[in-house]
Amino acid sequence: MFENLTEKFQRVFKNLRGQGKLTEEHLDAALGGIREALLDGDVNVDVADELLARIRAKALGSEVLLQLSPDQQVLKIVRDELLELLGKHAKPVFAARPPSVWLIVGLQGSGKTTTTGKLGKWLTQGHRPLVVSTDVYRPAAREQLAQVAKAVGVSCWPGAGTDKPLEIAKGAIREAKLSASDVILVDTAGRLHIDDELMAELGNLKRELQPSEILFIADAMVGQDAVHSAGDFHRRLGLTGVILTKLDGDARGGAALSIGRVTGAPVKFVGVGEKYDALEAFYPERIVSRVLGMGDMLTLIERAEQAIDQKKAAELERKLRHSEFTLADFGDQLKQVRKMGPLEQVLGMLPKVGPFANLPRDAQVDESRLKHVEAIINSMTAAEREDHDLIDGKRRKRIARGSGTSVQEVNQVLKQYMQMRKMMKQYGALAAQGRLRGLNKVRGALQQMRQGEEATEE
Amino acid sequence: MITLFGNNEPPPSLLERLKKSVGKTRSEIAARVEGIFAGDRRLDAEQLRRLENALLAADVGVRTTKEMLEVVRQAADQEPLHDTGHLRAALKRQLLGILSAVPAKSNGASADVRPRVIFVVGVNGTGKTTTIGKLAHRLHEGGSTVMLCAGDTFRAAAIEQLAVWAGRTGSELIKQKPGADPAAVVYDGLAAAPARDVDVVIVDTAGRLHTKSNLMQELEKMKRTAAKLVPGAPHDVLLVLDATTGQNGLSQAREFTATAGVTGIVLTKLDGTARGGIVIPIVRELGLPVSFVGTGETVDDLVPFDAQTFVNSLFD
Repeated sequence: MFENLTEKFQRVFKNLRGQGKLTEEHLDAALGGIREALLDGDVNVDVADELLARIRAKALGSEVLLQLSPDQQVLKIVRDELLELLGKHAKPVFAARPPSVWLIVGLQGSGKTTTTGKLGKWLTQGHRPLVVSTDVYRPAAREQLAQVAKAVGVSCWPGAGTDKPLEIAKGAIREAKLSASDVILVDTAGRLHIDDELMAELGNLKRELQPSEILFIADAMVGQDAVHSAGDFHRRLGLTGVILTKLDGDARGGAALSIGRVTGAPVKFVGVGEKYDALEAFYPERIVSRVLGMGDMLTLIERAEQAIDQKKAAELERKLRHSEFTLADFGDQLKQVRKMGPLEQVLGMLPKVGPFANLPRDAQVDESRLKHVEAIINSMTAAEREDHDLIDGKRRKRIARGSGTSVQEVNQVLKQYMQMRKMMKQYGALAAQGRLRGLNKVRGALQQMRQGEEATEE
Repeated sequence: MITLFGNNEPPPSLLERLKKSVGKTRSEIAARVEGIFAGDRRLDAEQLRRLENALLAADVGVRTTKEMLEVVRQAADQEPLHDTGHLRAALKRQLLGILSAVPAKSNGASADVRPRVIFVVGVNGTGKTTTIGKLAHRLHEGGSTVMLCAGDTFRAAAIEQLAVWAGRTGSELIKQKPGADPAAVVYDGLAAAPARDVDVVIVDTAGRLHTKSNLMQELEKMKRTAAKLVPGAPHDVLLVLDATTGQNGLSQAREFTATAGVTGIVLTKLDGTARGGIVIPIVRELGLPVSFVGTGETVDDLVPFDAQTFVNSLFD
């Protein structure tokens, strides 16, 4: 998400870069570009204008910081303002005395039932959740939650014998007490924020159930209207959190900023796929760094840590430094990258700077091609993997036969390996000369954010 | 004879209904546009900016808004705007021009093909199944016999949901077990259609994000299967688009058109405060007509899209 936003920001800041001093003229030109980027990304027009006015005032009023160039200074202000809108990273809230009730609300089709299933699954680690659907309107809605609950292995209160949402929910609370469930997820019917009767029904559920969380489920693809729907839900219910769904598409998700502005409620989770474990914690720092072109490096680091063998990584780093990166390492690396998840997702998380600037973003990565590459490397002898110079025409033919590919494909893999080796050598040299100060700064900032996150998590 | 996209929808009740639903949503645009004309009549920068914001707030998008304003600006250069009507009329003409430039279409199928096969596609949660229920009701009212085909074998209870609609609308239902190959369900449906003597087969499909190439390929397979059993099928491919969708709607329409050959758009949930302005760039850039508009949760809340009414409702 935010992909295009990111590109636009980068173009804007490229123009600011190289300016010794920030003039009002330059600033306004940059802000115009930022406005377009925000609007293209579905940030509400009033929210965007308000944001820009604040950024402008701050940029003009700010003292010139010696350590930052003008573009960096504006970048910092933009980043701070976006962060402000998204709120702090927040954890879900449980009641002091169980069972806790979480009310799941939102417009039709935002993904409430699927998200309820995902939350149920997430809660099974350390809790005993019970789910219940109070959607007595949409055909087969309660049946849907029952099936979802079964799929994720969570108890579901059927609420048979009544079609009154409050009675169904109260039945679930009694059941939770009997079965020692400590969190009740109350799925509600999708409704329009202007439907007075149904909104009153939610108000009633809130009064009677005293939920510790009222979670607004928002589709990441939603446009300008997000301020109205989220705003009305908030005014009537007092939302405690937002869950942004369908983030695995290509929507830029600027609605997150609009919703943040009108509700002040933090995004607590994001939905990133159709599987029930595709629910991730939301870190505003990550989204903002993604918006600002730093990529979603933190998520990437987290995944890499889970997937990649630490010892091997340290060894690889040493080899990189000494230019001993062999085909065997290349093969290892591919294997580990594949463990990190679909490559398209991984690519999307990389920042669009430095060595990653020219990576094709929208390219569909063909996972089966990776398998071919692995097969080719596996068909080499150990000696060949250590020293690619050994691989002559005859050996290439053998490798092609052994891996069920063609000599052309073998050549291509070798070429890619050489390119990667070269790139890594250059990276090492640049770093040594200290010409990557900017990159180091980013790294420093990332580390700081990371520490910040850890601190809030504790 | 089945007219899916007839313009002969004279009853004022439908216009009223559409107007009412769009009317709610128009008030903000109208207020903003009125505001522009209330004061100074010269077209100054502030006026243009307010007009721009009004269009942007309707999800029309940056590019389309800019280009439309450019035309207005040029018109203002040629003849000074004497009253509030001029600018408004110029804008209306533009919108109407865009929306009515595209005729209703299907895959070149004649109206009396039987069974007529309709695919209903879209991303998750736009209202595909509900739209199918309303469409079935509509066809039924028009004297056609309808079969619903439960091609969403992925989402929990999607089949049950469609079954309820089949019962409500008196339609035949063809289904398999959850997790079945959707193309196989299409096969079953179209193979059974002659024996059950139905005029129209509506195929429900699982919601899918347009960026997931494997799921889009599945849709292609369903289409191929349909064409094998009924030449020329699917005759209509309706993309269900949520009116609250922002700029991503264009990307959705583009991808679904590329893979599934969309022939028309159903704009749903127009009874909220969202204005569905994203259809303007979609119609403009992709040449897709808006076929129907969804305006509520009951079976009657599906009306043919009428450009004039839509535009009038935005500005009158």
